[in-house]
Amino acid sequence: MDIIEFITSIFTSYTLRNVAMGAAIMGGVSGALGAFAMLRKQSLMGDAMSHAALPGIAIIFILTQLKTAAALFLGAFVSAWLGALLVMVVVRYTRIKADSGLGLVLAVFFGLGLALLSWIQRSMGANQAGLDKYLFGRAATLVQDDVITIAIFGAVAIILVVIFWKEFKLICFDVDFAATLGFPVRFLDVLLTSLIVLAIVLGLQMVGVVLMAAMVVAPAAAARQWTDNLAKMVILSALFGALSGSLGAIISATARGLSTGPIIVLTASAFAVFSLLFAPNRGLVWDWLRRRRNNRRLAAVRVLEVLHDLSQNHTNPQHPHPTATLQATLPSYAVPVTLKRLESEGLVKQPTAGQWTITQSGIRRTYQLFNDEQTSSSPNQSQEVRA
Amino acid sequence: MKPPLPIVVEDLTVAYREEPVLWDIDVTFIEGSLTAIVGPNGAGKSTLLKAILGLLTPAAGSVTIFGKGFKEQRQLVAYVPQRGSVDWDFPTNALDVVMMGRYGHLGWFRRAGHSVQKLAMEALEKVGMVDYAHRQISQLSGGQQQRVFLARALVQDAQIYLMDEPFQGVDVTTEKAIIEVLHTLRSRGKTVVCVHHDLETVPEYFDQVLLLNVRAIASGPVADVFTTENLGKTYGARKGVNLAAFAPRSNGAKN
Repeated sequence: MDIIEFITSIFTSYTLRNVAMGAAIMGGVSGALGAFAMLRKQSLMGDAMSHAALPGIAIIFILTQLKTAAALFLGAFVSAWLGALLVMVVVRYTRIKADSGLGLVLAVFFGLGLALLSWIQRSMGANQAGLDKYLFGRAATLVQDDVITIAIFGAVAIILVVIFWKEFKLICFDVDFAATLGFPVRFLDVLLTSLIVLAIVLGLQMVGVVLMAAMVVAPAAAARQWTDNLAKMVILSALFGALSGSLGAIISATARGLSTGPIIVLTASAFAVFSLLFAPNRGLVWDWLRRRRNNRRLAAVRVLEVLHDLSQNHTNPQHPHPTATLQATLPSYAVPVTLKRLESEGLVKQPTAGQWTITQSGIRRTYQLFNDEQTSSSPNQSQEVRA
Repeated sequence: MKPPLPIVVEDLTVAYREEPVLWDIDVTFIEGSLTAIVGPNGAGKSTLLKAILGLLTPAAGSVTIFGKGFKEQRQLVAYVPQRGSVDWDFPTNALDVVMMGRYGHLGWFRRAGHSVQKLAMEALEKVGMVDYAHRQISQLSGGQQQRVFLARALVQDAQIYLMDEPFQGVDVTTEKAIIEVLHTLRSRGKTVVCVHHDLETVPEYFDQVLLLNVRAIASGPVADVFTTENLGKTYGARKGVNLAAFAPRSNGAKN
């Protein structure tokens, strides 16, 4: 397939259009709600919830024999919601901590779901086996009605987030304070958790219960790297989610045998990894570069100081000292490299190879750096208390 | 009939897992006063504040705010939680946190507008933090974060201010700022109650004290109640000996 043909196929192919649209909406909604899940330290909760959806899907199928998305969707929602509730109950009323509670609920619900699925497969006939798409997702099965269902529920979730924006922000930041102001925090907590469950359930058909948590975690983690503003973070997270969804769908359509769900998750993860590494301020790469620059500067200051000290020990201030003397004084610094760097700036010189002494401009620089350090180590206290 | 007192705590018992954390507390806090709640770790100091604020359900007893239950009077009460109780890496700035103090007045669905922002800036001014209004909160020092929390309580414009360790680990500038705010509040007839750790500064900062160790050991004016004997009862005899060294000196600080 050449490129042009491929691009036109995105807009003309019924299946690809459905999948790309559905995945974009699903990604956007789970991204937006995922931002709240992350700020409430509930990202792992997403994993427990998505796994907990499986028995609900199986039970609804056993009861109704229906495979329509809407019915299974309801079963998934109730089941995932019960899972979330059970985690909260376990943590609140037993001595089991949150991480163990999540693990417990995840394992029990997922195990039950798998058992029910295999029972369905064996006793209700092989033609019913379509349910296993909820394990790893099968986006190609998405029809237009599914996309419309996803769009409607997604819109409801986003509208509720907008309506309860101030309240959700407050309970995410300081829940006790919210309670003292008179907000019903239990209700808001349940509402926000339900919306997170909804976002997860929306993606199960495409991404599957095993990987869906990634759609809650990855876009939010990526978005947090780029901004310090909640509104921007939520929008950015939704954007990353939507992009991952549609890009993932398109990428998986380019080759046979690439299943859509995992590719969507990998795309979202790529956004997250890139953001963790390269986002300004919070990115690890910049952090590493900053630290390296600081270390170099510190090493330069220390080496100059020691050379200056040594020069004062001798009647001839130009008396040279071997690298080993300096390295022994500063065991935790890369002395040889630092000396080379200082030499190229003309701050130190070696009259004989491997024997170092400080130059006049080196001495000037030492005093200058020493003064800088004095002023920078006392951060600005100019902010005085006002009467 | 006398006007009702700001806070009256009667027979209050709070238990976690059947273990009493507060046991039969009777205490009143009077108008226009600065009260320190003092006691060892695990004495139930923060729990007492939370019980007054209705954040936990007592096993027995009652709390009234100006004669009525907390729920009816919550707009008269402002709260400064422990600084460590929230995640300061939350994506927001100092101004926004202070504006949260008005959310209770705004009620449901209404967004904080210009008037709220103005109130928040005034509160930041009072704690010397105007220049940091748009600073991301994780980039503030501990003391600056504490002042942001204080400003958030100030915009609540309450009659009663309950503060959980406002002086915990703060710098000198912050300490001065907080004391100044507390004195202003007292002079305007407000009731301020602080959980406080540093015994040495009790006589200097506060006029009333409640000595707490699961039970209310003693309460009243610092000059009468903050004695070596009472501190010994509160912290246990062994520590009482150590405390004797400065307790008389702190009484003398009043003169």
